[in-house]
Amino acid sequence: MRHDFLVVWGERGLLLSGLGNTVVLSLAATIAALGLGAALAPGLMAARGRYRLAFTGFVDGLRCIPFLLFAYIVYYGLPSLGLNLDNWTAGLAALTIYNTAYMAEILRGAWATQPRDPVDAGYAFGFTGVGHFRRIVLPPLLLSAAPVVGNQVIQIVKDSAFLTVIALPELTHAASSIQSRHYIPFAAFITAVLLYWMLCLAIEAGVACLGRVAEARR
Amino acid sequence: MSDAGTAGLSAARPVLTVAALSKTFGSLAVLDNINLKVHRRETICLLGPSGSGKSTLLRCINWLEKPDSGQIYLNGERIGVSRGGVVMADRDLSSMRTRIGMVFQHFALWPHLTVLQNVMAAPIYVLRRPRAEVRAEAEDLLAKVGLSDKRDAFPAKLSGGQKQRVGIARALAMRPELLLFDEPTSALDPELVGEVLNVMRKLARDGMTMIVVTHEMGFAREAASRIAFLDRGRIVESALPEQFFLTPATDRAKQFLQRYAGNGSWQAGQFSELHPGGPP
Repeated sequence: MRHDFLVVWGERGLLLSGLGNTVVLSLAATIAALGLGAALAPGLMAARGRYRLAFTGFVDGLRCIPFLLFAYIVYYGLPSLGLNLDNWTAGLAALTIYNTAYMAEILRGAWATQPRDPVDAGYAFGFTGVGHFRRIVLPPLLLSAAPVVGNQVIQIVKDSAFLTVIALPELTHAASSIQSRHYIPFAAFITAVLLYWMLCLAIEAGVACLGRVAEARR
Repeated sequence: MSDAGTAGLSAARPVLTVAALSKTFGSLAVLDNINLKVHRRETICLLGPSGSGKSTLLRCINWLEKPDSGQIYLNGERIGVSRGGVVMADRDLSSMRTRIGMVFQHFALWPHLTVLQNVMAAPIYVLRRPRAEVRAEAEDLLAKVGLSDKRDAFPAKLSGGQKQRVGIARALAMRPELLLFDEPTSALDPELVGEVLNVMRKLARDGMTMIVVTHEMGFAREAASRIAFLDRGRIVESALPEQFFLTPATDRAKQFLQRYAGNGSWQAGQFSELHPGGPP
């Protein structure tokens, strides 16, 4: 067993590059999904029936598809519609679009519990449109949604493991290569698990930091 | 403020003119043909039972509520509707709103910003004034409302009275032509009401043009240049404070004042406490 872990240690370059790719993928998908989710959230809140229905349909529809299936559709399915994406683009797109639905729903939920008065005050003081959203609405929204967004980021990290099926060289893919090369599944996968674990601890530490920022304002 | 001064100014163009303003929520007429003129340096107190439309009137003035009919003019410029008779573009409405300050019942401070940032935000991001100048002015304003030591605190850490004083400083930082107060002391503990009213009294004395929705009869009697009494969406009485409080013309106003007399909120005892020298 000790020998197995030494073999994994010998392949640390591969593992670390996988870890790096997982971090890059998750980070990019988080930022993009949060941005797109913030753009969609007003649509989810819109009073007008038809827009609201369209947004709700999109969000609920996506949330009810297993991510693995969604990744298959983006990478293997879209080419038959004439859209060929390389595995990085497909993987990042799948991860982003899929989590946009969650982020939009999280922000909508947080929005619904925000007091109305400061929002009105924003309008009364002349803020409009995007400026109003960015300066007045979004910051308290993000602070109050931070713990739930943090959970979703952990979900993104874990979902990114599925992208091994489209040969994206992320952490799970790296562990899988090591085990098949050396026939040491336990050591390879446990190491990957520990690395995912550390990543989640780092995310939770970040959320705790944001929590303290929010607490000072509550 | 002397009556002669007010009378002299009333020939000039009013700061605010509300003409035939009506607003309904569903089948309920909240505002019914409201007409109101406010001149420079005047403090108008809007009194009336709850549900009489006072707050809705304030919110219609800066178009936080869209009126159903009627016109509102700020220093001669129509609010909310452009020349062609169409609803104003956001940008135009915004620039009208920046000229009207508003103080909210529940403070409505922006929770993610410090006290100083709350005061500076709109002058910097909406009016696009230089940051250094805005900061100096914001610090002066906070000193004026007695909150210099709280400038880096977040609103959540302040008492209600402190929050409302920040709310007033935030409104003043816009250098408004007109200041609207929507029940500024209704959400405060009784012992905190005085500190807010003191600031408002000082503004009235300094010649700020204000409309104050309030249930503080002592303040209205002492600081108002005129009282407008609303009942069921109509201004049923508009009078000088002494006249309104001593010889109200309508039965509705008499009943209303009797209710307040009953709980003593504006009677002699409290009045002289607010105004140690006795009534003017």
